[in-house]
Amino acid sequence: MKPKILVLTCTYCSYAGADMAGVSKIQYPPSAYIVRLICSGREEALFALTALKSGFDGVLFSGCHLPADCHFISGNYKARARVALLKKLLSQLGVEKNRVKLEWISASEGEKFARVISEFTEELEEMKPLPKIVRIRDLGVEEYD
Amino acid sequence: MLRIGVYVCHCGKNIAGVIDVKKVVSEISKLEDVVVCRDYPFMCSSEGQQLIIEDIKKYNLDRVVVAACSPRTHEPIFQEALKRAGLNPFQLEMANIRDQCSWVHEHEKEEATLKAIRLIKAAVAKVRLYEEVEVERIPVKKAVLVIGGGIAGITAALDIAKAEFKVYLVEKEPSLGGHMAQLDKTFPTLDCSICILGPLMVEVANHPNITLLTYSEVIDIEGYVGNFKVKVRKKARKVDESKCTGCLLCMEKCPTRVPSEFERGLGVRKAIYVPFPQAVPRVPVIDTKHCLYFTKGICRICEKVCPVGAINYEQEDEIVGLEVGAIIVATGYEEYDPRNLPEYGYGIFPEVITGLQLERLASSFGPTRGKILVPGKNKEPESVAIIACSGSRDEKHLPYCCRIGCMNALKHAWYIRHSVGDVKIYVIAPEIRSFGKGYEEFYRRIRSEGVIVIRGRASEVHKSSDGKLEVYVYDPSLDEVVVLKVDLVVLEMGIIPNPGSKAIRDILKLSQSPDGFFLEVHPKLRPAETSVEGVFICGCAQGPKDIPDTVAQASSAAMKAVELLSKGYVETVPYVAKVDKELCSGCGICTTVCEFGAIEIVEENGERRAKVNTALCKGCGSCAAACPSGAIEQIHFTREQILAMIKALAE
Repeated sequence: MKPKILVLTCTYCSYAGADMAGVSKIQYPPSAYIVRLICSGREEALFALTALKSGFDGVLFSGCHLPADCHFISGNYKARARVALLKKLLSQLGVEKNRVKLEWISASEGEKFARVISEFTEELEEMKPLPKIVRIRDLGVEEYD
Repeated sequence: MLRIGVYVCHCGKNIAGVIDVKKVVSEISKLEDVVVCRDYPFMCSSEGQQLIIEDIKKYNLDRVVVAACSPRTHEPIFQEALKRAGLNPFQLEMANIRDQCSWVHEHEKEEATLKAIRLIKAAVAKVRLYEEVEVERIPVKKAVLVIGGGIAGITAALDIAKAEFKVYLVEKEPSLGGHMAQLDKTFPTLDCSICILGPLMVEVANHPNITLLTYSEVIDIEGYVGNFKVKVRKKARKVDESKCTGCLLCMEKCPTRVPSEFERGLGVRKAIYVPFPQAVPRVPVIDTKHCLYFTKGICRICEKVCPVGAINYEQEDEIVGLEVGAIIVATGYEEYDPRNLPEYGYGIFPEVITGLQLERLASSFGPTRGKILVPGKNKEPESVAIIACSGSRDEKHLPYCCRIGCMNALKHAWYIRHSVGDVKIYVIAPEIRSFGKGYEEFYRRIRSEGVIVIRGRASEVHKSSDGKLEVYVYDPSLDEVVVLKVDLVVLEMGIIPNPGSKAIRDILKLSQSPDGFFLEVHPKLRPAETSVEGVFICGCAQGPKDIPDTVAQASSAAMKAVELLSKGYVETVPYVAKVDKELCSGCGICTTVCEFGAIEIVEENGERRAKVNTALCKGCGSCAAACPSGAIEQIHFTREQILAMIKALAE
C-alpha cells in the first residue's frame, strides 16, 4: 500500500495543473486524492489535521505561484502562512512536520503536479507509519460533527 | 430523505478502459440517499443529458452527482441539464474520474476503480450537505469609463459609443492622443501618424455618446461589476472651456517659455499652451508652476488678449462623480529611463537621444519642423547609430522584448535616410524581430536602402577628441569589437507601464504580471479581461505591443464591456461567504483577509457583526478559513462539507 495523500487545490492553478497531468497522461500513484477548493486561501489547517487523523499519511497544500498568480490576489500567501504554522503545530504534537507539504503548481504544470505527487509519496514511504495513538488523541482535534 | 442521482460516464474508453464502471455503479448504488445510479458511454452527449433530465423528473431527484471529466470544462454543461429539468443548477457536484483518475493511473486498473469509488463517495458526501444556492441578478449601469486617451482608449471609446452606450473618457494630459500623437510615421506602411490619429480624436470629441474629460485623473473607484462609482478630478485649466474658441492668441502672446513635455524636452512651449497643434480639445491650459501671474503675480497678458474672456485665474479643480457598469484601463506605456544605461551617455552627450525624441525631430510640426538636426549642434548628421534593445531583453534592466524597438529602429533609419540623404546609418540589434504583417518586407526594404544592420549589442558610447561619438559594438560575425564614429546616437528604449498606472492599480486592485504590466485572466483566451470582473485592459497597459495589436485588443476590451452592458445584468457568484450571526463576535479578522472589501463590520442592535456584500464577494473562501469561531462559511465549500469529503476519501 502506497502512502495516502490528500491534495488540497485551488481551482484556477493547481487543480487545473492536475487536469493538465491527466490530459498529458503523466502517471502518478493512485493513492493521491484531490479536493478542489476555489482558492488556496480556503485551505485550512483543520483539513490536514482531520486527514491525518482519519487515515491519510500526508497532505499537500497547493496553489498558484507566488508572487502574483493568485486569482484572488493573496490566497497563496495565506496558504503559505498557514502551512508554516501547521508544521510547527505538528512538530509540537510529535508528528513529522514533513507530512505536510506546500507547492505552487500552475495550470500548465501537469508534469510538475505528477512529479510532486511521486516525490511526496517517496518521502512519506521513508517515514514510519503514523502511530494510532497520535491519530486519535495527540492531534487534539475535536470531532467537528 | 434526500434523493440523489449519480451518473458515471464511460467517456468512451477514456474512463471505462481503465475503471470497472459496472463495479463502481454497484458500489455507489448501495449508498444511503442514492436513489438511482447509472452509467452511460457519453454522459455529456444530448442522450446522456436527456437521461439525467428524465431521471430528475421520474425520481424527483434533488441532488445530482456526475462522475466524468473535469468540472472546469463540463460543469456548465451539466448545470444546464439540471436547469432544463427544473432543478437548481447548483445542486450538482462532479467527481473527476477521468483527468484525475483513469488518465493518470492507466496501469493500475484495480486501484483506479477503488479511487473512483472513493471520489464519487466524497462527492455524494458533499452534495448531501448542499443547501439551496441563490444567485442574484443585479442591473448594470449602461455606461463605461475608459481610462487613458491614447490610441487604445480612443479605439475602445469609439467602439462602445457606436454601440450606443455612454462613455466617459478620462485623460490626464491636456489633450487626447497619447504617444501615437508624438510619432511622425507608423511602421511598416509609413502612414503619417497624426493624419490617421487626428480624425479619430476629433470623432471622440464630437461623438454624442462620449463625454471627454481631459486634464483629469481618476482618484477613486468604489463598487463592483455593473455598478462602479467613480470620482474624477478635473484639474483646473484656468481657461473656461465653454467660452474658449481655440484661437490660441493667448499662447502666441505668452512671454514664458518652458521645455515642452510633448517635444520630449527638445522644444519649448509657453506657460499657457496646447501641447501640439492638433490637440483635442483645442483649449489651452495654464501651467501654474511657470506662469508669471501664478509665480510672481504679474503679467496677465493672456487675460488681456483673450477676445472672449475665457481666462479664469480663479478656476479650481472640480470633482466629478460618474456611475458606470464597466471600466477599460488603457493607461499605456512610458519609455524606460535612458539614464539607467549610463554607458550610452544619455544626458551627458546631447547627441544621444531616444527614439521618441527622434520622432519629434522628424515631425513636420516638431521643434525642427521636420529637419533631423543633431541636438546641440544644429546641423544634419553625417553618420548615425541606432541602438535597438536599449534596456530591453536585458536581465539587469527589462527582461522582456518591447515588441516595437526593432521596427522603430528600421523606421528611424528610413526617416534619416529620407530627411538627410547622404548619411551613414548603422542599426545595432541582437537580431531584428520583424514578426508582424509586412514587417519582414519592410526590413528588406530598409536594408536595400543602404542601412547597415550590425548583429550585436552596443557596449559603450564615448566622445572622441574630434567631437564625434564612438559607439563600441561587439560584432559576433567578425568576432571583434567594432568602433563606429557617428554624429548622432538614437536609443530605441524598452518600454515600461505608464507610471500613472500605479495609482489605477491601487484603486482597482488589479493584478500585475512580474514585468509590472496588468495581468490578463488568460494569456491566450481572455487577453482583455482582468481578475476584477467588469474591468478590462488593452494596449500597452497589458503588455508591450505595437499599434495594430493595441487597436485589436482595444476593440476586444470594448466588446467585453458591450457584452456586459447589453446583457443588462450580472449574476452574483454562487459560492459566496455567509455569516452565522449567532457565532460571529464581530472581531473583524475576516475583513482583514478579504482582498475585495466584501465584508464589513456593522452594528446590529448594539452588537458588532460581519456582513458580506455578495455582489463584491468573489467566493475565494479565505474568510471562512480565517474565522476563529467558524461563523463565516463559504457556500458549497463549508468546513462541514470539506471534512465530509476528506472522511469519505479516507475510508
